Amino acid sequence: MTTTEARPTERKPPQLVDMSWDPITRIIGNLGIYTKIDFANREVVECHSTSSLFRGYSVFMKGKDPRDAGFITSRICGICGDNHTTCSDYAQQMAYGVKPPPLAEHIVNLGEAAEYMFDHTIFQDNLVFVDFCEAMVKATNPGLLARAERTDAPRGEIHGYRTIADIMKAFNPFEGEVYKEALKVSRVTREMFCLMEGRHVHPSTLYPGGVGTMPQPTAFTDYLSRLMRVIDFVKKAVAMNDDVFDFFYEALPGYEEVGRRRVLLGCWGAFQDPKVVDYRYETMNTWGKAMYVTPGIIVDGELVTNNLVDINLGLRIMLGSSYYEDWVNESPFVTHDPLGNPVDMRHPWNQTTVPVPQKRNFDDKYSWVMSPRWYDKRTDQHLALDTGGGPLARLWSTALSGLVDTPYIKATGHSVRISLPKGETLPETTLEWRIPQWSNTIERDRARPYFVAYAAAMALQFLEEAMGLVRAGETKVFENYEVPDEAIGCGFHEAVRGVLSHHLVIKDKKIANYHPYPPTPWNASPRDIYGTPGPYEDAVQGQPIFEENGPDDFKGVDIMRTVRSFDPCLPCGVHMYVGKGKTLTTLHSPTYGANHG
Amino acid sequence: MATHSSTAEVSKEPSRGEDREGFDEITILWISEGMSCDGDTVSLTAADQPSIEDLVLGLIPGLPKVNLVNKVLSPSLGGEDFLAPYRAAVRGDLSPFILVIEGSIPNQNIIEGDGYWTSFGNDPETGEPQTLNWWIDQLAPKAWAVVAAGTCATFGGIHAMSGNPTGCMGLADYLGWDYTSQGGLPIVNVPGCPIQPENFMETLVWVLYHAAGSAPPPPLDHMLRPQWLFGRTVHEGCDRGSYYEQANFAKDYNSPKCLVKTGCWGPVVNCNVPKRGWMAGIGGCPNVGGICIGCTMPGFPDAFMPFMDEPPGGTLSSLAIKPYGAVIRRLRGMTNELVNHEPRWRHNKRKLTSGYDPHWRP
Repeated sequence: MTTTEARPTERKPPQLVDMSWDPITRIIGNLGIYTKIDFANREVVECHSTSSLFRGYSVFMKGKDPRDAGFITSRICGICGDNHTTCSDYAQQMAYGVKPPPLAEHIVNLGEAAEYMFDHTIFQDNLVFVDFCEAMVKATNPGLLARAERTDAPRGEIHGYRTIADIMKAFNPFEGEVYKEALKVSRVTREMFCLMEGRHVHPSTLYPGGVGTMPQPTAFTDYLSRLMRVIDFVKKAVAMNDDVFDFFYEALPGYEEVGRRRVLLGCWGAFQDPKVVDYRYETMNTWGKAMYVTPGIIVDGELVTNNLVDINLGLRIMLGSSYYEDWVNESPFVTHDPLGNPVDMRHPWNQTTVPVPQKRNFDDKYSWVMSPRWYDKRTDQHLALDTGGGPLARLWSTALSGLVDTPYIKATGHSVRISLPKGETLPETTLEWRIPQWSNTIERDRARPYFVAYAAAMALQFLEEAMGLVRAGETKVFENYEVPDEAIGCGFHEAVRGVLSHHLVIKDKKIANYHPYPPTPWNASPRDIYGTPGPYEDAVQGQPIFEENGPDDFKGVDIMRTVRSFDPCLPCGVHMYVGKGKTLTTLHSPTYGANHG
Repeated sequence: MATHSSTAEVSKEPSRGEDREGFDEITILWISEGMSCDGDTVSLTAADQPSIEDLVLGLIPGLPKVNLVNKVLSPSLGGEDFLAPYRAAVRGDLSPFILVIEGSIPNQNIIEGDGYWTSFGNDPETGEPQTLNWWIDQLAPKAWAVVAAGTCATFGGIHAMSGNPTGCMGLADYLGWDYTSQGGLPIVNVPGCPIQPENFMETLVWVLYHAAGSAPPPPLDHMLRPQWLFGRTVHEGCDRGSYYEQANFAKDYNSPKCLVKTGCWGPVVNCNVPKRGWMAGIGGCPNVGGICIGCTMPGFPDAFMPFMDEPPGGTLSSLAIKPYGAVIRRLRGMTNELVNHEPRWRHNKRKLTSGYDPHWRP
């Protein structure tokens, strides 16, 4: 078949096949995707996402010294452990009533900027791109590869590749140029991280109240020189990604439907402004909006709120398909927030985690992940927000709010402009990420290199401000405090792949309750009590299949691209199950069409 | 204070390579489905001496050809295709292989009924999840060597802390501390939360040289850790250690001085990170302002909590060093002042006072 052959418009009698990918090489642990695919009409008709790992942080944190929370919760994630430590410190700083010195905020911001650059690079170039590399495209869409060989790369003068197929060859694992260079870049950016936070992945110099990093000029010049060494790589990455993704839309009409779901995005904000943040709950809306990545909830393209208090109060942790006992009959820890607003029983502050291991049953309970939702009081709906893999929601939210205005970044209301200085081979460059038409697989992936550029640009600003403080002799990086007998706190941050919150309740100077909510439960959640599927399930379910292989040698590349576009927790590669799926004897009629809002 | 007593060497002095044929090719089957954060796999990709590409592409002379099966790096297919080498090893069709376990091992025995704490693929016959424990039970007896990557796999780590619901433990607790592999090796433990990248790669490369028949087995201590990496304490490699000697202690984290009073366990923790740095000599813990929380140790984390308080033993030893340190600091201060001046003969007056004598003889 040719790559541009129109997809069938008339529905044929369904030919349903069970296909599963388990392990998908997981999230923190194990992610499995179970689907039913209609090969006659070439679409996915059903999808279940399951995680088969329980670890129990919210259980064993109880009774511990709250100051230990950051050190322990770092270990939730082997790639963004620092995001957890940072978020935990934010929550603790609220509970202890302490504001770290400005230089400490810059050091944390610089560490986080390096983390975003590292993690997005290794994930996109070494793992996501394997799905778009020459070898994979040849195995799944040979016609597309033939066309890529004939198609000149429009941004060749920036990245240096002549055709789209040349770029795809550079993506080939272990041998391609981009693959190899990305591994090297991921080491340089991790060194930048270590300069600020001591170790990667579990940082050693972050504390509630500040940091222990010695704020000598050397730390900053060592960081800056490394940043400038990778700045051209960042510019090239954006150009290469744009070329490949634009080519997909053009060569495979309808590809925008792959992984498309309603625009239901959440971003909790990142990069504190030390001049504004004081970590008090009462002023959280103000300092939340001063963050250099603006928090926000976006529904069908509309910004519902960018107030962190609203975001906090709308959090709901639902059950339905998860291996846990409900806590509805426990007594609540927090009935009202510090502003006097009522706090729901399903809010993380009131959650009790009681694991109940049991048999996997896709008609009932099938995952160790719970179902976080955001309650939209306008419509009385529990929204299965996704994070867009992180960057999509971050850029979208920042662009719509139009609040960020710095020497290197400008949010315009419909786009984000990012200016990067001259590098070794490329001139000063301004990139513009515009709010896309769809929330789909390609746009989630495309947003990632733009956010690497964003993080690099923010790092330049933090460096300048930090050096200014050092030169002025303002080198304090830690502020002392007392742990109160009773307190509550919440931290909002962005892990690399999206929203991250920590909720903390202290009683008798000990942790009475602690609930971290990283992005993966939001994205990988199973069906909730109302039957609403989680974002992976929703994005895969109903998506068309463009792969040229039939059921016998099906690889599922379109499905894997979709799941991977959300950046499932670890940069874990791997790719696809090839399998001979089992043809179902009982045929269901597909109930999921392309009903995207 | 620093001590070597906790690392009594129990394995024999490394002997010369035995007279046996080495392997030309070996497979590494890496399973990270333990209770873990996968931070050890991620850390591994930070190693540069050697790097994972060097290993896989055969750029290290004298090693067998290495087939690495690790989900992060494998360009292979996932699901059953990814699991194929593991299944072949279970059947006895893939040999030799090194089994690397990442993450602590949950106790399935405390579960009643059909539940599971963690799984790795499904049973092809029944479609039910296959537990990590099942895989270890199948693979450990057939493995040529077994390596535990990170503190979770070595000693249980964070997930095995008090109050945990899963009954987690380290690999040696699960298989028995006297376990020996087909290659005659005990479990090789590389602790660290996560592993220091080069510590792990270096150990793995030693095991691979041993597999090639060109090196003795790596020397391990009584907790099965490589002696050359874990035989010294954090304190002994820490560039803040001299502050301790001079009784110069940081009161909070705003200081480059010794952190022992703000919660650092460096004097009693076996780890080389301050000396080696984290990556390319950069970063670390107390050397760059982070307290040592003992993350390489069997007692981690409970024995070291709460982390941000002075360790109980620290009060006495830091008190004892106080009078000595105060005197030494003062004396050194005086000498330092002295050597911070240039000799008097360096001047631009009209007379040479350097002691120059053209006819000088001894």
